[in-house]
Amino acid sequence: MLAAHLDPLAASLFSLLAVGSLLLSFVMLGSRWLRHYLYAFAAQSWLIALLSAAVGFYGNYSELYIVAILTAAFRGLLLPYLLLRIIRRLKISREVHVILQASSSLVIGAFAVIFALAVSYHIGTALDLAGTVAVLALTVMLSMKLIGFQMLAVRHEAISQILGLLVLENGVFLGAQILVPGMPLLIEIVILFDLLVVVACFGVLVRYLLTHVGTTSSLELKRLVG
Amino acid sequence: MSAIGSLSLAMVLAPATAIVLIMVIGRSRPAEMINLIASAISLASIMAILLISPVRTTAFWNGYVVIDGLGVWTILCAAIVYFLASIYAVGYMRLLGEPERLHRFYAMFAGFALSTLIGPMMNNAGLYWIAVEVTTLISTFLVAYEHEATSIEAAWKYIIIVSAGISLAVLGTILFYWSGTFVLGPTYDMTWDALRLIAPRLNPALASLSFLLVLIGFGTKAGLAPMHTWLPDAHSEGPAPVSALLSGALLNTAMVGIVRYLAVADAAGISTLARGALVALGAFSLFVAALFIVRQSGLKRLMAYSSVEHMGVIALGFGFGGSLGVAGALYHMVNHSLNKSAMFFGAGSIMRAYGTKRIPSIHLVGQNYPVLGGLWLAGAVAITGAPPFALFLSELAIIRAGLAVSHWLLVALIAILLVVIFVGFLKHFREMYFEEPRHKREKMPSISAWCIVPMWLSLLPLFVMGLWWPQQLWEHFLAIAVSLTTATSTGSSP
Repeated sequence: MLAAHLDPLAASLFSLLAVGSLLLSFVMLGSRWLRHYLYAFAAQSWLIALLSAAVGFYGNYSELYIVAILTAAFRGLLLPYLLLRIIRRLKISREVHVILQASSSLVIGAFAVIFALAVSYHIGTALDLAGTVAVLALTVMLSMKLIGFQMLAVRHEAISQILGLLVLENGVFLGAQILVPGMPLLIEIVILFDLLVVVACFGVLVRYLLTHVGTTSSLELKRLVG
Repeated sequence: MSAIGSLSLAMVLAPATAIVLIMVIGRSRPAEMINLIASAISLASIMAILLISPVRTTAFWNGYVVIDGLGVWTILCAAIVYFLASIYAVGYMRLLGEPERLHRFYAMFAGFALSTLIGPMMNNAGLYWIAVEVTTLISTFLVAYEHEATSIEAAWKYIIIVSAGISLAVLGTILFYWSGTFVLGPTYDMTWDALRLIAPRLNPALASLSFLLVLIGFGTKAGLAPMHTWLPDAHSEGPAPVSALLSGALLNTAMVGIVRYLAVADAAGISTLARGALVALGAFSLFVAALFIVRQSGLKRLMAYSSVEHMGVIALGFGFGGSLGVAGALYHMVNHSLNKSAMFFGAGSIMRAYGTKRIPSIHLVGQNYPVLGGLWLAGAVAITGAPPFALFLSELAIIRAGLAVSHWLLVALIAILLVVIFVGFLKHFREMYFEEPRHKREKMPSISAWCIVPMWLSLLPLFVMGLWWPQQLWEHFLAIAVSLTTATSTGSSP
């Protein structure tokens, strides 16, 4: 497996990119402005694209260059553009009602990372991979999952929820680049397209919410209970 | 190409062609018939496949598509519901009175059915995940079809909760792939068979983590509590044919994934954890369903919680395992698909006739609608697991399987919950049938035969199968149960 015997330069490059992406999800947690989420998400996607290319270079997986280009184009440009269009249409620039203050969100996020590290450390020891970049990749993957779920739970603007889901996806994708670089290209491309369709569907639904329900905040979606 | 190949192609191509034709023609009346014919072709093809090759596993298209016992059985359930719901939709959707966009409903309906038919055929774990994701995307718009505030709200909650859940399944899938790379090298095709064969050599810690993630992910889609929260909203707010398809087809399609991964977990030697988790989710689903059924006032939400209950029962059957448990779960799958379709059809018609979704506003169903009322009441008795209907037999088989492998206290708890649901569910029907309203209505609208016929079609087989569990069917289930464990026995002694 690639992550087990890397030269130090490659290992530190991978770690840098992975940790950078994790930091960007904290930027999303700490801000209330929708545009900040969006820029952080775009930057995160570019880091992941760089990571794909780096893994392709050091691991001799030429097809990962294609994945890198597609990631940059889809996740780095197209999805942020689509979301930006939705934000413009909504005329909402930030979360209005905050369930959790930014500082508390950051603290909970930090606990999430510690928990993810504990799980990954356990798995890494079980697989004789302790201390390699694989453990870091697993940590970042699980932390971004948890942070994404946290965003879904405490944010209620429709856009923040979509971005929360995209963070979940980004986390998985980032981890997959390091852990399973040889995953069949077909699957990766289908997942990328799938993401595009998901965001398009969300776009349509947000428009429905606006015209038929009159709100895009999930706090006001409380007709259906029990 | 072999007979099975052409039949499965016909089964898939029929709805696919229907979508194209419906969109090209663009009028509602032809769309109804095209969709109905497509559903009949799909059902006929899958029945032919079942007759030709009971449980043989055949792979097509470089091994990306697989026709095996479990898959065929699940597809059969989906095709039955698709056919019944297509008949019902002809009568029901005309009531909504929007003929200008009705053809789009049928195109999406065929697309949704197609996605539930394809899911169980996927041989590659990654592609299966994508098929499940596609079912969500299409059905979201079917749930939102009526464009009311409540249906949009339901659609939004549905897509957010299920996408979040299913993203855990993709994480689990990737971790399974990763654990396989230690055995098979960096690039391999993650087919179900490949996974089961290498399972004994997977790292148990990693396999446990992956299985739990996959279970929660697909469990969200299968409506197992506590991840079921999208289900009552989506099932109650979509049009009735969509509710039937969601409940009778989609939930099973997601359950297939859990069962296939469960076979991998067995082979990996983590069956105590895996089965324990599945049984816990199943029992908890029963518990949650019992609570919400007893105090329910929404008609279709009542049916939706009953789906949570029955998916819990199916999960228990597969979780207990053994030939009895698997056979019971498979039998329960088809019984639930038939029965819940009839219940949603009845609920949809009653809802339209009385103009309300609230149980307390519905009275004297039996007097106002003798035929529909009689069928619906029989369906209600059946869905609570009372004899002489087939659900009684399948639930009994699952409980017996539970007694064989599990502590009797757990089984007793399950039995008590089933009784609570029986009482709670039928209490609502007593109110709807036998309580006098405060002010009587004089004229009730009549209900089209399109809406009654599918209820006959689903309840008659249920009655027959309740009196007589055919020997061939029993043997077929046993063969599927064996096919789920064979790779285990070859795998454990490599």
